[in-house]
Amino acid sequence: MPSFPLLSIITFLPLVGVLIIMLFAKSGDNQACSVKLSKAVALITSLVTFVVSLGILCYFNPSDSSFQLMERYVWIPSFNIAYIKGVDGISLWFVLISTFLTPICILSAIGGVKKRVKEFMIALLVLETMMIGMFTALDFVLFYLFFEGVLIPMFLIIGIWGGEKRTYAAYKFFLYTFLGSVLMLVAIFAMVLHVGTTDMTAMMGGKFPMQMAIWLWLAFFMSFAVKTPMWPFHTWLPYAHVEAPTAGSVILAGVLLKMGGYGFIRLSVQMLPEASHYFAPLVMVLSLVAIIYTSLVALAQTDMKKLIAYSSVAHMGFVTLGIFSLNQQGLDGAMIVMISHAFVSGALFLCVGVVYDRLHTREISRYGGMANNMPHYAFMFMIFMLGSVGLPGTSGFVGEFLSLQGAYLANSWYAFIAALGVILGAAYMLWLYRRLFYGPLEKADVKAMPDLNLREYAMFVPLVIFVFWIGIYPATFRDMFAPTVNKIIQDYQAQIKDSTHE
Amino acid sequence: MLPLDVLVVFLPLFGAFIAGMFGRKIGDRASQIVTCACLLVAAGISIKLFNDVALQGHVIDRTLLHWFDSGAFTVNWALHIDTLTAVMLIVVNGVSSMVHLYSVGYMGHDKSIPRFMAYLSLFTFFMLMLVTSNNLLQMFFGWEGVGLASYLLINFWFEKDSANKAAIKAFLVNRVGDFGFVLGIFGCYLLFGSVEFGGMFAKAKEVASTDFIFLGHTLPALTTVCLLLFVGAMGKSAQLGLHTWLPDAMEGPTPVSALIHAATMVTAGVFMVARLSPIFEYAPNALMVVAIVGALTCIVAASIGLTQFDIKRVIAYSTMSQLGYMFFALGVSAYSAAIFHLMTHAFFKALLFLGAGSVIHALSGEQDMRKMGGIWRIIPFTYAYMWIGSLALAGIGIDGVFGMAGFYSKDLILESAVGTHEWFGVLAYWLGICAAFMTAFYSWRLIILTFHGKPRADHHTMEHAHESPWIMLGPLVPLAIGAIFAGWYAWDWFGGEDRNAFWGNAIFELPSHDPIEAAHHVPEWEKWFPLGVAVPGILLAYVFYWWKPELPGKVASALGGLYRLVYNKYYFDELYDFLFVRTSLRLGQIFWKTGDDGIIDRFGPDGFAATAVRIAQRASALETGYVYHYAFAMVIGVAAFVTWFWIKS
Repeated sequence: MPSFPLLSIITFLPLVGVLIIMLFAKSGDNQACSVKLSKAVALITSLVTFVVSLGILCYFNPSDSSFQLMERYVWIPSFNIAYIKGVDGISLWFVLISTFLTPICILSAIGGVKKRVKEFMIALLVLETMMIGMFTALDFVLFYLFFEGVLIPMFLIIGIWGGEKRTYAAYKFFLYTFLGSVLMLVAIFAMVLHVGTTDMTAMMGGKFPMQMAIWLWLAFFMSFAVKTPMWPFHTWLPYAHVEAPTAGSVILAGVLLKMGGYGFIRLSVQMLPEASHYFAPLVMVLSLVAIIYTSLVALAQTDMKKLIAYSSVAHMGFVTLGIFSLNQQGLDGAMIVMISHAFVSGALFLCVGVVYDRLHTREISRYGGMANNMPHYAFMFMIFMLGSVGLPGTSGFVGEFLSLQGAYLANSWYAFIAALGVILGAAYMLWLYRRLFYGPLEKADVKAMPDLNLREYAMFVPLVIFVFWIGIYPATFRDMFAPTVNKIIQDYQAQIKDSTHE
Repeated sequence: MLPLDVLVVFLPLFGAFIAGMFGRKIGDRASQIVTCACLLVAAGISIKLFNDVALQGHVIDRTLLHWFDSGAFTVNWALHIDTLTAVMLIVVNGVSSMVHLYSVGYMGHDKSIPRFMAYLSLFTFFMLMLVTSNNLLQMFFGWEGVGLASYLLINFWFEKDSANKAAIKAFLVNRVGDFGFVLGIFGCYLLFGSVEFGGMFAKAKEVASTDFIFLGHTLPALTTVCLLLFVGAMGKSAQLGLHTWLPDAMEGPTPVSALIHAATMVTAGVFMVARLSPIFEYAPNALMVVAIVGALTCIVAASIGLTQFDIKRVIAYSTMSQLGYMFFALGVSAYSAAIFHLMTHAFFKALLFLGAGSVIHALSGEQDMRKMGGIWRIIPFTYAYMWIGSLALAGIGIDGVFGMAGFYSKDLILESAVGTHEWFGVLAYWLGICAAFMTAFYSWRLIILTFHGKPRADHHTMEHAHESPWIMLGPLVPLAIGAIFAGWYAWDWFGGEDRNAFWGNAIFELPSHDPIEAAHHVPEWEKWFPLGVAVPGILLAYVFYWWKPELPGKVASALGGLYRLVYNKYYFDELYDFLFVRTSLRLGQIFWKTGDDGIIDRFGPDGFAATAVRIAQRASALETGYVYHYAFAMVIGVAAFVTWFWIKS
């Protein structure tokens, strides 16, 4: 246990960068200079944040399944609200993913964003603070503030730096996620009133009567189902992705979608185990629909960002499938799918960004034959495609396999149908790859595109390493969250046993 | 110095890495040298390991790294080399090293030589991981890995539309098989509590009669699991129903067809069932299905082979048909015979493919046999190789004296099948006999059409026709020697008295099943029958294509619909296209346009948004142009409302 508030430092470090940019990068006097400065400051801040966040790994004891690095300050004593932070094996990874992906996004934005660069960098850094804050918050008020706070910079990123239909996309994004949040807020109020404190750790382990738990669960479900997103609450995602600038898409796919999965684990399963048990079949069925339905829709796409967005929905189907298998393999699988998806789909959006920056179109048919003139790019894209397809040896396989196995142990039908989605997953990705990279290189503007530059390499190489690392030796990751997952499952089973005895 | 068993697997990966990552820097020649050298060393080690493991009986087990670890589910990266693996090592590294060398010549004028060599070596690595696995999951890693390499190599000339299509088709059809494989792995875990072979095999007898619930039905567990795994084998080994990708895979360069789509990858399914013999033995119904599928594949593929004109497709259907033989051998528990045929087939089929490659090379890329002919004097070595390969494929030989490689292994399979006296064994025997007749016929049809008669290629092509360079002809020598002598030399291990000592614990047969022994006791005429149909098959080919060349057309038109059915490969492609491909695409469109846009959005956010905008316009006093203000107001409003409600109740 460090003598300093490590989690708070990580959470608010990006804001220091924001402060520096605001103070020193005056947009008035020297435009080019201020742009350069804000780029540099943002990159350095995010890198420092990442390095500091690795400190969590030093202080974290993986064999301990409880919350660690706890910070607890009285905040609003009259309402019994405290500032509580802490991580366990689950949230630890989401914090690290956030701090890892942010510098990569800034790298991509350095090349991709042309207008109001300074403000963009500020938005990204604020977003990082919100994300880390959300994953480390253990007080409900704090959690809710950050959970909602994430929306603001993301909404701005889509609404200001987005494509042509950005207003519609931003609005839709906002409407959906906000509607979910409202219901969540209601549920939080009810829970706080019932337990008498806002401390989230005090809520865990079946504190609520079944009748109430069912309503609470449904309210949370609405919120997380939108965030994840689950079918049929997914239609905001393709628009948001299509219109968002590359960096926005990467964060959206890499971190924001994981808020749904994280919420399901932390709030639904841990706090409302009996209701989770009760509703598990519903979630499983919706997950299966998501996997098959969105995979088929992905087959029909002509816009590559939309295609990858739909594939995200399908992959998140494996996450909810794993979580609500409610067994060790399922939850392990869901965690690894989430970690893997953060890298793989983040990388795929970066890949789209690479050619979008050059040709300014996402229409698949505008490309073709790029394996000829951009072999390095084709190679990178191939690796991430294989990760997405779930080829053994890549990160995608480990997670998908375990969550399918968890589903199989719950009911073989689940695994049977979900595994059909694995076939479709290969179909849409291979077909996308073929249309982009194979065939003759005929179009002049495509022919003129240069291969990856150094900046783009710097974005991709770390991601490639993780795709193989997780695929070949997942123990590095799994050992950190396994005791927590184990405890969650044990607590859950104890609760279910108790309630069936009564 | 790394241990030999590690080297044998990872040397090809090293070669692939060097050629793939640095090929552009070090150049074509260096890439060729590195990959070929790695493979030749690996092939040498394979022989050494074969001696240590199969002949001396020192089984190797080595754990490399943790892989999966979730609850009770643990899997390691590991190397397990027993006799079965040792045989596969010889086949894989032996054929692969020759194909590497051959490719130096065959692909000599290609613009992406390092990429080609890297893919070949990468394929070899995955195949080696597959055969050295000690668990189902690592096998699956190799399994999908060879699928990837196959995809990349079929698509090697990626500017060709037909190659793109064939590659995707191969990957997806295999994925359908892998769908079964994965479910089988889950079933194994549920049933045995482990997916490592040692743990599974120890419990096989115990769980032989248990039932489990699968898809809502109570089914005999072991049979279900075996059949699911067999679906995987069907995909990879192109068995009837999941075979449609194999002929199309011929779009790839010919060395690829020889290595992947004849000698090694497509035999992975055979290897898998043999490897899992300790559990298949306790699932007799699953074995019966294996035998029937194998026998049907054998005859259907042979019949299609009669009618095709593309030289590579003829050999591809022949491969599929021979794989059918191997599967029905497995189905009657003659694992030894199946692996025997796998081994001999690897030699003569690689020889035939590489020979065909030499023909294609000589004729400037022509693959249609109707445009060949009259070239046997120009390419005499290739011609001789094709004869050797065809004689081995047709299984020519005299019992008790000497025979070509295929003679020993194919006869052992047929005799094992009929020796079981099970109805499906006898059925397989008769279908196998018919297929043997067809095999002989299409093989000599190929030889005569390709090499004899008047030249049908255009003037320009004939002028350039030339024998291949030594770098292509040289690597065929070991394969030709194998095609001639492998059966005779290895007979004692696979079919003779030494077989139990040779195999050790690598394959398992119930004591009540000993098909190889039964094979030695079948009546004399059943032993002579395979040869008795092969010779007339050859003669008939001469009648059709040498003495009376007008006959094939007449027969074809006389058969009419039947001929068209066979010529169009029983319309499998059209059927699948209609059932699966178009349905998926149509469903995708419907879900997207009608589902997402038409229903979810219309009644969801868009409808809501429209209403919200209307309300907002009316309440213009609150309008600040900033969505967040509405939102905040909503939160406060809802929160207050609910709090009030809650306190009141």
